[in-house]
Amino acid sequence: MTAQFPAPAPDLAPAAQTHAAAVGGGKSAISVKGLWKIFGPGEKKIIGTPLAELSRDELRVATGSNVAVRDVSFDVNPGEVFVVMGLSGSGKSTLIRCLTRLIEPTAGEVLLDGEDIGKASMARLRDLRRHRFSMVFQHFGLLPHRRVIDNVAFGLEIRGEAKKGRRDRAAELLSLVGLDGQADRYPDQLSGGMQQRVGLARALAVDPAVMFFDEPFSALDPLIRRDMQNEVIRLHNEVGKTMIFITHDLAEALKLGDHVAIMRNGAIVQIGRPEEIVGAPADDYVADFVQDVPKSYVLTLGWIMREVRPGDPLDGPEFPRSTIIRTAVHVAAETDRPIKVVDGGKLVGMVDRVQILAAIAGFEPGSAA
Amino acid sequence: MTAIGATAGATGIRVTRRTLAGVLALAAVVIFALLHGQWTLPHNDDYDLFRTLNGVRDWVDQNRTLLEPIRLAIAGLVSLFDDILASLGWPGVIAAAAATGVAFGSVRLGLLAGFGFGSLGALGLWDPSMATLAMVLAAVLLALLIGIPLGVLAGRSARVQAVLSPVLDFMQIMPAMAYLTPITLLFLIGVAPASVATLIFAIPAAIRITALGIREVSTTTVEAARSLGATDNQVLRKVLLPLSRRALGLAVNQTIMLALSMVVITSLIGAPGLGRNLQRELSKVNVGGAFDAGIAIVILAIMLDRLTAAVAEWLDPRERAARTRPGGRLVTVALPVAIIVVGLAAPALVDATKFPDTLLFSFRDPVNAAVGWFTGTFQPATLAFKDAATIIVLNPLETVLVQAPVWLVGAALMTVAWFTSGRRAAVVVGACAALIVGLGLWEHSMQTMANVVLGTLLTLAIGLVIGILSARNDRFRAFLRPFLDMAQTLPAFVYLIPALALFNPTRFTAIVAAVIYALPPVIRLVDVGIRSVPPAVVEASTASGATEAQLLWKVQLPMSRQALLLAANQGIVMVLSMVVIGALVGAGALGYDVITGFAQGKDFGKGLAAGLAIVLLGILLDRITQGAGGTRREGAANAG
Repeated sequence: MTAQFPAPAPDLAPAAQTHAAAVGGGKSAISVKGLWKIFGPGEKKIIGTPLAELSRDELRVATGSNVAVRDVSFDVNPGEVFVVMGLSGSGKSTLIRCLTRLIEPTAGEVLLDGEDIGKASMARLRDLRRHRFSMVFQHFGLLPHRRVIDNVAFGLEIRGEAKKGRRDRAAELLSLVGLDGQADRYPDQLSGGMQQRVGLARALAVDPAVMFFDEPFSALDPLIRRDMQNEVIRLHNEVGKTMIFITHDLAEALKLGDHVAIMRNGAIVQIGRPEEIVGAPADDYVADFVQDVPKSYVLTLGWIMREVRPGDPLDGPEFPRSTIIRTAVHVAAETDRPIKVVDGGKLVGMVDRVQILAAIAGFEPGSAA
Repeated sequence: MTAIGATAGATGIRVTRRTLAGVLALAAVVIFALLHGQWTLPHNDDYDLFRTLNGVRDWVDQNRTLLEPIRLAIAGLVSLFDDILASLGWPGVIAAAAATGVAFGSVRLGLLAGFGFGSLGALGLWDPSMATLAMVLAAVLLALLIGIPLGVLAGRSARVQAVLSPVLDFMQIMPAMAYLTPITLLFLIGVAPASVATLIFAIPAAIRITALGIREVSTTTVEAARSLGATDNQVLRKVLLPLSRRALGLAVNQTIMLALSMVVITSLIGAPGLGRNLQRELSKVNVGGAFDAGIAIVILAIMLDRLTAAVAEWLDPRERAARTRPGGRLVTVALPVAIIVVGLAAPALVDATKFPDTLLFSFRDPVNAAVGWFTGTFQPATLAFKDAATIIVLNPLETVLVQAPVWLVGAALMTVAWFTSGRRAAVVVGACAALIVGLGLWEHSMQTMANVVLGTLLTLAIGLVIGILSARNDRFRAFLRPFLDMAQTLPAFVYLIPALALFNPTRFTAIVAAVIYALPPVIRLVDVGIRSVPPAVVEASTASGATEAQLLWKVQLPMSRQALLLAANQGIVMVLSMVVIGALVGAGALGYDVITGFAQGKDFGKGLAAGLAIVLLGILLDRITQGAGGTRREGAANAG
């Protein structure tokens, strides 16, 4: 029999529905429903008319307006990292600004712990920005005329905290992000990576419930980018904030995200866990995207196992189905027995070397080899 | 195939355009040959409109109740500054200048400021210098009080910007001479109208630079502040204003420099100060005496420039932090305090109201001697050059413009504008020409225009050569830089002095002064234009075997076309504003009409009309040279 991946187990597919089902019921930290943003004349009048069905280009020709975000809905669990991935022009930066109303959405709801941010008064919105969420920017947005410590304390100053208190808090955060001893320097004396650490500290200083990251590492060198990604993972483990992270880098999305949403032309084409995006792309666009991702780094044994056949030797090594393929490779290399895949102690499938090799070689699950 | 077709098509259009231009030019020549001397408008001093305008003045004179409080308030402000400077006395003022230099700059700057202000007294010009300074301070205070808030508004709102921009454009192309007369109509003569004129002249820079500074603040930074919940007010106070501090400092600096250069011109409407000394000596053709007043103006300009620039730089905390100064607080705080204390204590020992005679020094005799030697030696050459330019270019040009039928000149100007700047510009040019006819100043306007055309051609020819050299040679550019910097801090008025020394009082003298005045920005623009050609293009041309000359003619000059157009535009506007001031050294026409308007009550109406004609001429020349560039003025603000 040729190497063939079985269809994903029912509890892993189709990604978007599972996700919505898992977090539905008002417990999500952020819930976005039917969000639209159209730039241009008569933005409010387009939604709900046949015009809204037109493609971006057609709409621009017809009305002169530009759809940046098109009917986007998703839920973010408390404490998770939710990544929105898309190429430039996909609307992801507009989307994240609509969530905090730095850009006013044209239509739709954004619920933060059940409160509709869209209906908040300007004063309430400021209050939310001062206490509940904060943002990290691609180009840092630091104040060049202030020392690092006063940049970190800026959010606290904005909400009127006394100088002593905010300085102490800022110093704490500087050491949290690894910038001890840099407090009295000016931003342009720091490297790009260090500047973004300042941006990170500033966002953390207000102790927000939700943090927004707008392509925070795109302007950095690859090595520093990797450092900063690890930094975010470390901080996430330490402070456990809900994070919404925008990126155009698929590897970054898969590395950081508990869930990943792929955007294209303003709309979300797929939401899922990283292995769902890689293992079961919703369409050709996503499939095209993920085709170069090393599958063995993302997919679990559950994605490549075959059904148990009578006569399979059962004395081989045993792994849970959620094991990343890569971690099973060296064990598989040392035995000629097929690997047993278990789920809650129950045998659910077998993995032969041929499946592992196929995954390493980059065959896509579900496609016949 | 399509590419070849398109090229052929483009050439075809260019040929027809060129042919059309040739045919029209030929037609103009033929019409001129047939009809010159007819449909002309010779000058008439008793034109009805002039008398009507005299009537307007008489009416305003009898209804001053509304204007009088404004005039008195402004005059009061100036005399307040007068009193402050007088109460400090000369030791106090010198000490204040030196202390400012030490505190915000360096000990060197402090010494420079002390000596600079001291030399104003040593030249025997302490009192007029202080009168000038008081007017500058008053006008700058008013300009900043109005200009900075407007600039902040314009920087934050595109709509305010859109409304203000054309108004500021207009204020900046308007030659200073043009609005002196209307201002005397409203505020009589003396320090009050002088301050208002200075305010009008200096405020566009304050507004523009402030707005630019506000707009240059990174949008991410503003967004970051907003995302942290900052109110509009907090964004303004904590982000926009602090981040545009450098721009604000520059705005203050530029406003002061422009104010100084205008204040000395306002001696024409009775303002006291250095300008009055300069004007008096110029009218006596006493180059040495004018030189003393001129050098005092230059010193005052340099001192104010350096001191405000130092303060502006000090405002940037990064700059302050990066600076390590020997002596620390002892030098930055204690020394300035000590200097001021000494300055204020000095009246106990010396007479602070009058600068000591023993220190007096004058350049008058040595300069007059030098000028005497120079003119004695070179005057044959300079006069020959002057005569050649006058006979070969200026006279024929003037004759053609004055003798040709009015409608022919108007049609020719409109056609040129249509070729260079499009249909709308042609309409504006036509309207301006018609209004000049209506003002009854056609002949004088054409004479002024002839001067401007010659001045601009000279400016562009010299500016292009120097600019190209500067763009192609870094060492030459470095050599040139201090001269250009210096030239841009000098008030326009002083350029009359060397021109007068070289050419005696004639029309041509004013043209030379205008050329000197307009050259520095033209050189800068040419240099910047050529240097901003992308290096990749230059490299590609060199790689395909272009010679230096080919590179210049086929790549660098065509690609810097926009900058060259801008240089022509700037040049023509600056030449006009100087040519009319040149009436003081022998240029007649519109500038002279304005000056006689101040001097003689019965000529007031003509002076007022001449001011308007200068504005119209300015708009007309600006439109003709505007080209297609929409962002030209912003570019000029940056380059200058």
